[in-house]
Amino acid sequence: MVIAARPVGVSGYGLVVSDALVQARGLRKSFGAFEAVRGIDVDVAPGEVFGFLGPNGAGKSSTMRMIACVSPRSAGTLSVLGMDPGSDGPRIRARIGVVPQLDNLDAELSVRENLEIYGRYFGLPRRHVREKATELLEFAQLTERAGDTVEELSGGMKRRLTIARSLVNDPELLLLDEPTTGLDPQARHLLWDRLYRLKREGVTQIVTTHYMDEAEQLCDRLVVMDGGVIAAEGAPAELIGRYSTREVLELRFDPEHRPSAAALERHADRVEELPDRFLLYTSDGERTQGDVVGAGFVPLSSLVRRSSLEDVFLRLTGRTLVD
Amino acid sequence: MSAPTVPAVPSVWRLLPAGSYAGRARMMMVRSATASRRTWPAFVSGFFEPVFYLLAMGTGLGSLVGDLPGPDGQPISYAAFIAPGLLAASAMNGAVFDSTYNVFFKLHYARLYDSMLATPLGPVDVALGEIGWALLRGGLYATAFLSVMAGFGLIASPWALLALPAALSVAFAFAAVGMAATSFMRSWQDFDLVTLAVLPMFLFSTTFYPLSVYPRWLQVVVECLPLYHAVELMRGLTTGVVGLGLLGHLGYFVVMVVVGVVVASRRLETLLLR
Amino acid sequence: MAAPTVTVARSTGRAPTALGGVGRVVEHHWRWYRRNWRATAVSSILQPLLFLLAFGVGFGALVGSGPQAAAATGGVPYLVWLAPALLAMSAAQSAAFDSTYPILSGFKWQRIYLAMSAGPITGAQVGLGVLAWTGMKMFWSGAVYVVVIAIFGGVQGPGIIVSLLAALLTGLAVASLITAFAATVENEGNAFSALFRFVVIPMTLFSGTFFPVDRLPEWVQPVVWISPLWHGTEVARGAALGTWQLLPTLGHLAVLVGLLVVGSVLVARLFTRRLAT
Repeated sequence: MVIAARPVGVSGYGLVVSDALVQARGLRKSFGAFEAVRGIDVDVAPGEVFGFLGPNGAGKSSTMRMIACVSPRSAGTLSVLGMDPGSDGPRIRARIGVVPQLDNLDAELSVRENLEIYGRYFGLPRRHVREKATELLEFAQLTERAGDTVEELSGGMKRRLTIARSLVNDPELLLLDEPTTGLDPQARHLLWDRLYRLKREGVTQIVTTHYMDEAEQLCDRLVVMDGGVIAAEGAPAELIGRYSTREVLELRFDPEHRPSAAALERHADRVEELPDRFLLYTSDGERTQGDVVGAGFVPLSSLVRRSSLEDVFLRLTGRTLVD
Repeated sequence: MSAPTVPAVPSVWRLLPAGSYAGRARMMMVRSATASRRTWPAFVSGFFEPVFYLLAMGTGLGSLVGDLPGPDGQPISYAAFIAPGLLAASAMNGAVFDSTYNVFFKLHYARLYDSMLATPLGPVDVALGEIGWALLRGGLYATAFLSVMAGFGLIASPWALLALPAALSVAFAFAAVGMAATSFMRSWQDFDLVTLAVLPMFLFSTTFYPLSVYPRWLQVVVECLPLYHAVELMRGLTTGVVGLGLLGHLGYFVVMVVVGVVVASRRLETLLLR
Repeated sequence: MAAPTVTVARSTGRAPTALGGVGRVVEHHWRWYRRNWRATAVSSILQPLLFLLAFGVGFGALVGSGPQAAAATGGVPYLVWLAPALLAMSAAQSAAFDSTYPILSGFKWQRIYLAMSAGPITGAQVGLGVLAWTGMKMFWSGAVYVVVIAIFGGVQGPGIIVSLLAALLTGLAVASLITAFAATVENEGNAFSALFRFVVIPMTLFSGTFFPVDRLPEWVQPVVWISPLWHGTEVARGAALGTWQLLPTLGHLAVLVGLLVVGSVLVARLFTRRLAT
């Protein structure tokens, strides 16, 4: 698949020349008095995998629904594939693929029929759809299960089928809302592999997730969202370099003999106190560990690890992602 | 391959919000037909219900009543009296079931429509596709029931052929209104209201006995019910007592169709495209 | 620093008795019902009332006291003749409704049976508790219905109380069989629409509720004999009108009790099997 850069018309602001497949300026979404998305700017370049990172309720899914043209924006501008979702919804949707947060496969149809019927919604000819379904079953490793009903599939298989279904129209842009939530580690790795193949074929992807390792694995570039706004933007490594140290020392103490964060502060660049442990940010974890033990602290356990996007998030928002 | 295209949309639909109709309601019907291949026993069983009623009530209750006056006052057998009533009632029941329970399930539980709206299809495609399928199904049942009536010798006139399109209009009207009503429902408990509307209509709209058993004020109430008009329409056609009055009954359903489709499309739009 | 002391948690470790477990399941449903009874009022009270009005009053007016009607009812007004049968019919119908989708939901959608049996309550206790609850609900909606019938002048004497008990027995027999069937349904409940159309509706139409069964064609008669509702209707009507005879009545009761026993054993077994896997 070849994706050519082309001029993009952004309604309301006159003609803006841009290479971006998706471009948002001051994008907002409100439901009554509640503002889910509070003015974000986003540019997604052709061929890249772009991530929205953030906890539940950060506004990721609302943003995705606006890009997928199934939720009208409340304010700001948005262009997808050079068109306005407000007026060109069907034409945009014809060229994108959507993997929703919860699988909404058709339980009354077989695995193969799910692909074929979905393809028919795009107005694709019956023969083309049949061949495409065979190809996608192969891609999703579901060829043997083609005749089964959806209900008989495992969670990972359903997820792969949903992704296969989103590819039935050879989309230029693929939207994945929390693609691996609820899957076991093996199923996640299989899925990541499939998404990586799509990237190599030049399919632009927008992924939301609240798994940091997933974002680091998949995304070329990402934004961290919190409370409806963008807290930071960049490549994963870049964000870690900007907002965290090289290594982190995690310490757990017996609740009865837990020291204060202030007491640990002089041994590290920065200390975060979590309900069950302390995080000590430092360039050399081993050395900090030695310092802490040498100062008379007796942790139940200690762990030195590389800094991750989780730490970036914690730094930016003062909260962990899973709470 | 070339990118999938979206067909041009006829100008009438410009009245609806942009992008709500892609002109592919047909594909939804293909989906329903494919799904029903697996559940064909349930599909076929829908035909038997009115036949059981005709058999039991026609012979059993008929033995208590004897003949009844038909639409023009001429006596007809009890079975010939209730058969068109059952035809109208089954058109209503089928359409209401398809457009309420089934649609509610797909809307809130299977999230089926969400997946469809991720494609070029819009809410109007969804509404028309579902109503269209309910009609197709209703049409097959009506055809089968009319054949059974003919087999029992309960059809007195060639006008009865028009009972088929009449049954489709009735089904269309109830499906459209049913779907509009479903879009307002919040939980399964609201469906008691559907039963509350459908069951009294089935029992009291002159399906089983003539209007004359009621006091005058109750007759007026019954005359306002849509199923009453459906039963009168069918009874006129199958007994061959045809007059301009039948067009009046038909008009009732045209109004229901228009109101139902407009409300259903708008409500689906707000429900699905938030 | 002192070595950390190890504490071992102790549970209450109590389990209900065999009957107590059934009672807890009934209590669960009762708790729910106390908040939601209005929602079920439509199907349990209003539906039979509408049938009473449509056929007892409306159709009854059409039939009047003509010779054909008198021959069928044995001389009593049609409403009086119909009322005890409607009592049995509404028990059988609500039994059928309560024993289909709600049962499947307990296993599959809301999964409350799984939650119940995760504790010391056994699968059989869950099944029998659900059945007992269905019976209780059936009994008091039947009692309300008797009052409604009396208001419309459909009650001839105190025999209607016996009709109510006969209706309850009929409903329980139907409920136990259908609950057992529902415990075997794995899909989205497609089988239920076939069950309603091929079993429940023919049962309500061909059990002598609205007209004597001898008016039906000869070949339908075997269908009548296997219908639990017909047996229940015969007892309920006989009790209300005082026209019953000893031997046939005992025969009808034996059939109903037999079906209830078979159904209950199946419910206990099938619930145990499904909740064990």
